[in-house]
Amino acid sequence: MSTNIILCGVGGQGTILASKLIASAAMARDIPVKTAETIGMAQRGGSVFSHVRLGEGIASPLMARGTADLILAFEPAEAVRQLAFLKPGGRVVVSSRPVVPVSSMTGGPAYDLEALMGYLHAQVGERLVVVDSDAAAADLGSAKCLNVVLLGAAARTGALGLSTDDLLAAIHGRLPERLWDLNERALSYA
Amino acid sequence: MHTEFLMGNEAIALGALAAGVNVVAGYPGTPSTEVLETVARRRSQDVYVEWSINEKAAMEVAAGAAYSGARALVTCKQVGLNVASDPLMSLEYIGVKGGLVVMVADDPGPISSQTEQDTRTFAQFSKLPCFDPSSVAEAYEMVQDAFELSERLGTPVFFRATTRVDHGYESIQVADEEEWLHNDPEGFVRDPSRWVIFPRLSVVNHAKIEARNAQLSDELSDYRRNFVLPETDGAPRKGIATHGINYAYVRENLGEDDHVRVLRVATPHPFPERLAVEFLQDLDEVLCVEELDPVLERALTYVCGKHDLPVRIRGKLTGDIAPSGENTVESVGAAIDAFLGVDRQELPAPAMPTLPVRPPVLCAGCPHRASFYAVKKAMKGRKTIYCGDIGCYTLGNAAPLDMVDTCLCMGAGINIAQGVFHTEPDTSCFAFVGDSTFFASGITGTINAFYNQADMTLVVLDNSTTAMTGHQPHPGTGRTMMGEVVQKVSIEAILRAIGLTVVETVDPLDLELAVQTVRRVADEPGVKAIIFKSPCVVLARPQAHSHVDGERCVGCQRCVRELGCPALVPTDGKVVIDESLCSGCTLCEQVCPFGAIGGGRRIDMELPQAGGRA
Ligand SMILES: Cc1ncc(C[n+]2csc(CCOP(=O)(O)OP(=O)(O)O)c2C)c(N)n1
Ligand code: SF4
Repeated sequence: MSTNIILCGVGGQGTILASKLIASAAMARDIPVKTAETIGMAQRGGSVFSHVRLGEGIASPLMARGTADLILAFEPAEAVRQLAFLKPGGRVVVSSRPVVPVSSMTGGPAYDLEALMGYLHAQVGERLVVVDSDAAAADLGSAKCLNVVLLGAAARTGALGLSTDDLLAAIHGRLPERLWDLNERALSYA
Repeated sequence: MHTEFLMGNEAIALGALAAGVNVVAGYPGTPSTEVLETVARRRSQDVYVEWSINEKAAMEVAAGAAYSGARALVTCKQVGLNVASDPLMSLEYIGVKGGLVVMVADDPGPISSQTEQDTRTFAQFSKLPCFDPSSVAEAYEMVQDAFELSERLGTPVFFRATTRVDHGYESIQVADEEEWLHNDPEGFVRDPSRWVIFPRLSVVNHAKIEARNAQLSDELSDYRRNFVLPETDGAPRKGIATHGINYAYVRENLGEDDHVRVLRVATPHPFPERLAVEFLQDLDEVLCVEELDPVLERALTYVCGKHDLPVRIRGKLTGDIAPSGENTVESVGAAIDAFLGVDRQELPAPAMPTLPVRPPVLCAGCPHRASFYAVKKAMKGRKTIYCGDIGCYTLGNAAPLDMVDTCLCMGAGINIAQGVFHTEPDTSCFAFVGDSTFFASGITGTINAFYNQADMTLVVLDNSTTAMTGHQPHPGTGRTMMGEVVQKVSIEAILRAIGLTVVETVDPLDLELAVQTVRRVADEPGVKAIIFKSPCVVLARPQAHSHVDGERCVGCQRCVRELGCPALVPTDGKVVIDESLCSGCTLCEQVCPFGAIGGGRRIDMELPQAGGRA
């Protein structure tokens, strides 16, 4: 049994912490973990992704296209960019809020949110969960915990193979106590 | 022993500590940086660690320590090895007393580097033994083997990993601190016949090195990390030779019933020739699955010729593996399928909507944006060249700033500007250099330009950190990796000491003053300098955010078109500021012709002492 997860977004959005929380939660349940992260230049607002692979018998930290059980996307265009990794029947959890790159305002390809979301709905169908991140930020009083909101939504789909309790324990292990309350509310935000 | 979830680079650091390393020196560079940072975080009291001014200095510090019997580690990225190559090439002839491991991070892709050079090839060139791990767990173990080998043979040893091992994470078993080896250096023992390089010594030692490497090739054929995977059943006619992370990709792709023999090479130099001959027995064909240079492919082709083996060696040179770029699980799978004659079913990719392109950009509020914008405004309409350099500020090349005409390697921009000046003296030549880059390799270039009578403007972008690689301290910051607060080295004082008479320090976020300064300084004769000083916003806490007055904003989008700041978001015909990104730098406030933006507050020039990571 193994679970392949892709986290993707824009440099600075917190994908790395999210993948570490998944890893901690899995390790606490004695599930072997391998991950690969984008670290470097792309962290300055470029496209970033993490591959997280849970379970026995995994050789490579990177997975093949068409093998992800779950794509956890912090940004709609980045969900589309990584969609080729999704396996048939896999799930996608995506934040609704676009991050429009400077290039789209200075002569590069335009950012067509409608087309991107339409494509995601068409390809993923009912296995797509869209998280209204503007509403989440307003309700929680912070945009900083988007990663944990997305993790909570992912856990509730069942595709992570980890429960929100597993993740909560990981949050307690990795984050300072003053952030626990906010992140607990983020985790159960629906 | 205990289990930890570690990044490859963290594992390398802990492996070195477990091997009793005494001295660690390096210069930051992706994907190598976390090794030294982890040593600094996890070291025991008596381990010395420093960010050196550049890789050459790091190599020399490590050499001195190893001469004295210390175990020493150098860390750098692959292009950093070029900078360190002068001391290292000679050091191989002299040798070491304590183990000296040179950890070099290679970067297929390249993802964050200028070149796709291969340290395995450098190992052949420099004659150093080289280790090449395939996983995080192996990296931890092999760096300890590297120290042992280095010390036993008295030679520096390469430990090279690639990005996917350096930045991969795995939960692995590591030693507790009490289990770490403890190495008590004997100290330097004076012996000019050993430590002073002369041609006579070199020729003698060269012969010894060649003999040693021949013998080592044989020894490494029995090294347990060089191995041939047991055959399943029957006698396979085909084999795969691989290394590093590619071994993981090969394993992901091989099924139970694929009848292939696999050679995994952990020491590309000296190449384990005897093991290779055993591997090649009775094979018809071998596919070499490797990244960067065709090192295994050439070695096996040579072995076939030398031992008269009728095996066809395939790989990069035969077009079976891509000659450049990073391999992936799929690309390796496709190559293996083609090699084994298996039909591959490609998933049909559904037509995708047009995706926005998302290259890295300068952060919202980055002082480099203001510096470039000021120079661009000041020099508008004049014949100019803007020689850039390596760092976050290379991103000033993108639209709408478009202020980087050249970029080659660290520190090169200064003398490239000089070269342009000597060819077309009517061009106003600018060289932009970051503060860390200035210390690493900008000082000699400045002296060269000054002494040789160039006419050019040096622009030092002083954000008080080495930002691109994750905010390391440098001599201008007054902090060391040993946790001391020390006297800062002043860039302005260096420039004046060289002899420059025009050296102006300005806050680039004061746009009007910055523009005037550039205009004035650019027209001075000789080499003159502007130091744009303002902290990297990732390290500085924003003091207020700017906001757009929707009544006044007419939607001309001039701020967006001129500055390309990610916090300025065109919305419903006007512009709004994304508060989560805005640092309140006020540059857009100064650019808006309608005074529609306000509320920001510039961050003070002086940085807080605490560091942080991007
Ligand atoms: C020889 C060499 N060593 C290291 C690197 C990695 N590297 C890239 S940018 C950089 C330093 C950038 O610092 P600075 O000049 O202060 O500019 P900033 O990123 O802060 O704007 C380094 C060390 C390199 N490219 N080449
Ligand atoms: S990290 Fe600092 S120097 Fe680099 S782009 Fe961001 S603000 Fe500028």
